[in-house]
Amino acid sequence: MSTGFVSVAYVLASVLFILSLGGLSHQESARRGNFFGIAGIIIAVGATIAGVNMGIGSTSTIILALVIGAVIGLFLANKVEMTQMPQLVALLHSFVGLAAVLVGFAGHLDPLIKTAGAEHTIKMVEIFLGIFIGAITFTGSLIACGKLQGVVSSSALTLPGRHAMNLLALGLVVVLGSWFISTDSLMPLIIMTIVASVLGIHLILAIGGADMPVVVSMLNSYSGWAAASIGFMLGNDLLIVTGALVGSSGAILSYIMCRAMNRSFVSVILGGFGQTSGSSSAGSADGDLVALETSIEEVCEELLSAKSVIIVPGYGMAVAQAQNAVGEITKILRDKGISVRFGIHPVAGRLPGHMNVLLAEAKVPYDIVLEMDELNDDFPDTDVVLVIGANDTVNPAAMDDPDSPIAGMPVLEVWKSGQVVILKRGMASGYAGVENPLFFKDNSRMLFGDAKESVDKLLGILRDG
Amino acid sequence: MMKLGIPKEIFPNEKRVAATPASVLKLIKLGYEVIVESSAGKSAHYEDKDFIDAGASISEKTEDLWAQADFILKVRAPMINPDTGTHEAKLMKKDAFIVSYIWPAENSELLDDLASKGTTVFAIDSLPRISRAQKMDALSAMANISGYRAVIEAASCFGRFFTGQVTAAGKVPPAKIMVIGAGVAGLAAVGTANSMGAIVRAFDTRLEVKEQVESMGAQFLELDFSDEESGGGGGYAKQMSDEFIAAEMALFAEQAKEVDIIITTALIPGRPAPKLITAAMVESMKSGSVIVDLASERGGNCELTEPGKVVEKHGVTLIGHTDLPSRMAKVSSDLYSSNLVHLLSDLTPEKNGSPNVDMDDVVIRGVTVVKDKKITWPPPKVEVSAAPSPKPSEETKEVLVKKPTFLDRWLGKGALLALTLAVLLGVGGYAPESFLSHFTVFVLSCFIGYQVVWNVTASLHTPLMSVTNAISGIIVIGAILHLVAAEDGTVGIMSFIAVLIATINIAGGFKVTHRMLNMFRK
Repeated sequence: MSTGFVSVAYVLASVLFILSLGGLSHQESARRGNFFGIAGIIIAVGATIAGVNMGIGSTSTIILALVIGAVIGLFLANKVEMTQMPQLVALLHSFVGLAAVLVGFAGHLDPLIKTAGAEHTIKMVEIFLGIFIGAITFTGSLIACGKLQGVVSSSALTLPGRHAMNLLALGLVVVLGSWFISTDSLMPLIIMTIVASVLGIHLILAIGGADMPVVVSMLNSYSGWAAASIGFMLGNDLLIVTGALVGSSGAILSYIMCRAMNRSFVSVILGGFGQTSGSSSAGSADGDLVALETSIEEVCEELLSAKSVIIVPGYGMAVAQAQNAVGEITKILRDKGISVRFGIHPVAGRLPGHMNVLLAEAKVPYDIVLEMDELNDDFPDTDVVLVIGANDTVNPAAMDDPDSPIAGMPVLEVWKSGQVVILKRGMASGYAGVENPLFFKDNSRMLFGDAKESVDKLLGILRDG
Repeated sequence: MMKLGIPKEIFPNEKRVAATPASVLKLIKLGYEVIVESSAGKSAHYEDKDFIDAGASISEKTEDLWAQADFILKVRAPMINPDTGTHEAKLMKKDAFIVSYIWPAENSELLDDLASKGTTVFAIDSLPRISRAQKMDALSAMANISGYRAVIEAASCFGRFFTGQVTAAGKVPPAKIMVIGAGVAGLAAVGTANSMGAIVRAFDTRLEVKEQVESMGAQFLELDFSDEESGGGGGYAKQMSDEFIAAEMALFAEQAKEVDIIITTALIPGRPAPKLITAAMVESMKSGSVIVDLASERGGNCELTEPGKVVEKHGVTLIGHTDLPSRMAKVSSDLYSSNLVHLLSDLTPEKNGSPNVDMDDVVIRGVTVVKDKKITWPPPKVEVSAAPSPKPSEETKEVLVKKPTFLDRWLGKGALLALTLAVLLGVGGYAPESFLSHFTVFVLSCFIGYQVVWNVTASLHTPLMSVTNAISGIIVIGAILHLVAAEDGTVGIMSFIAVLIATINIAGGFKVTHRMLNMFRK
């Protein structure tokens, strides 16, 4: 096949990728979008294989690698639980990072295009950048995956002088870069890869569990930039287009997540949130405040006598895997003519949109799953709010207490409703380490216990009644 | 194990009872034995049999009950029995306990009597008004019922619908209701009247309740008056200045001409009820209007109401019932008895059926008015108000969220723009042609990505992430090209691995997206 045909195929694939992302803007067109993506990648890979002249030997090697990879990928994707989605996404990011590192090295050792002069310098920079971003993505995503899986402690690791260490590493990388460009030798590249790997590990270790939505989308963005740098190295426009699409998509997602927490991107990336602050407002909860407890039966009665119910799920629901029971409760209540809606905070869960996926799994219709902004004005007209495993995202201190570490973060204003029932394991504070005044409001009731058990019991009573 | 005694109330027309079968169950769980006087719950529609089923024993004679019980639970303060002429306090055991309404400020004689007998007295009306005590706050529970009932009483005396209606026979205007005093009773009245379709306005001297009034669906009437600090501590109103009262009276006079129903709930602790509705105002009201005076027991907010009676003056029906909770004896007994259960469960944390009067506990300290033969009322003051002190916090907030000035923003943006231009110029000036074409593609793709991704709905962020992740597996192309061209083993192996893992990414990413998207349904 001529290079012309390959180029046309690449253009087609690029268009399909753009359509794929565009398709995801609505639930109706999302599945079509996914198929566009699949078609794009098949066309691109097919055209690439057809476009290069090669022997039977290397073709079969390629096919072998593709088949093994596809089988492993499909196996992973079929096996994964929806609650483990964040881990899987993080793991897949690390693969892109590793692939970028490997291709980068291959490009340096065995360049496809011979270059000289300024072009050569630019190519050196591209290789260097590609490997650097790839290595950070690789190790960072592995750590993120470990944190989400619970293998690595999810609390933020705050080493003394960690900012200085990061800066030092960056400085070292710059020095190594100039060494690499001036000598063209392999040594600085290898050292830089090690430094970048360590940097990736350290950066993500310093970020705590609830900031994971930002981290995962940031790593998503990095994996795109890594692909784009490799595209520059190879002079391949398809890679550049795709990398740029993915990179900007991840960047926008990170931005949306940061805005939802009212924090700057830099402060999230530098990490350590919730460990140093938090003591300032803890004193405001004097001993006089006592949270009122309620029972499953009472909650059940309240739900049945309500006209309008809003359920606010958080990471706790994902951890307890309570989404299916929640979905069934929703169905029972809706069949009885009670309006049930879900209020999702942008950073609920460990992945952007995590709660939506879990609720979709539990067969909750997506048109009753609403975003914070769509729902916040409706709380005064709501009879009962069930808070399942959410804490900081419903903390009134974010609005009332300017000294609170989460001050200014937009929150779901559940306390304005008739009655708030909070399903919670104990009185421990949320991830941000902030006392939650919501628990002590007059219209709040606590339902202590494992979210899954409580919800299951509730479902049992609702079914019988 | 102590015996709790539930006597029959002897106050005229008092229909409530201090325990219900449901509360008896809970009291027994606290380790107590419960004796109920025969027919104590009859007027609240609880039969003796129900109490026996719940585990209580029945005492036929009043004297027996008082003589046996170590701890009396009742509603009204001990008083002289109109039938037998004996004072209930006389019937009590020595060193016993009692909880009921006491009103210690007005009943010092009763306190002395009880103190001399060694009785420990808990006055449910002296509970400190703090969050923790709310579950035992009988005043609020009863006020809520009074507020509801006040609207119902008004409705039954009022000759029109509350809600406006357009019928075939003609149009009916909605009733206009003014509620004075937005405490628990006032708010309950607002809510009830609102849900019946009336137009409701409410007034309170405490501006801090404005939000609560509005949340119940009423318009909050405000005075054109410099804001006077009016929370009197403990969530009550206090006596206001003369100018304020003059402005307030002018507002009421104006409203009286307009509204159909006035419900007054204004009380100031330790004083007779303020006179807010004058005879002239009543006269100015439309004929057929109704006034319900919830303060009538303490003298009334309206000059013309007569406590305990319904009278008609100047064509206006004036309702002065003092027994509104008792008119809904069932629910008021349910709530009152559950207030007492909460108090007793705080008194007996060990559930061993013997009360532990911990005077270090603010709630128990407040409610205990006689202990060890000494009168312990009034308790040291607890300051809690519904309103946070707003001023200092607002100031700090302002400092905290100090917006960047125009200059700051302009400088920041300008610097960024200049930097971008410089980079572009640098690239344009020195980079070779081949790079520039790729660079153009790159920049344009970033913009396309930016435009497209902003349209993605938040609920699809996870699928978006897995799709972009799958797409970024396009790096496989680079790996394939290298694998094909690989001359030495190392590069070959590296490329092979790269192809493999990139494919995992592609297949896994698309498959999992597909799974997720299949779950989303309407």
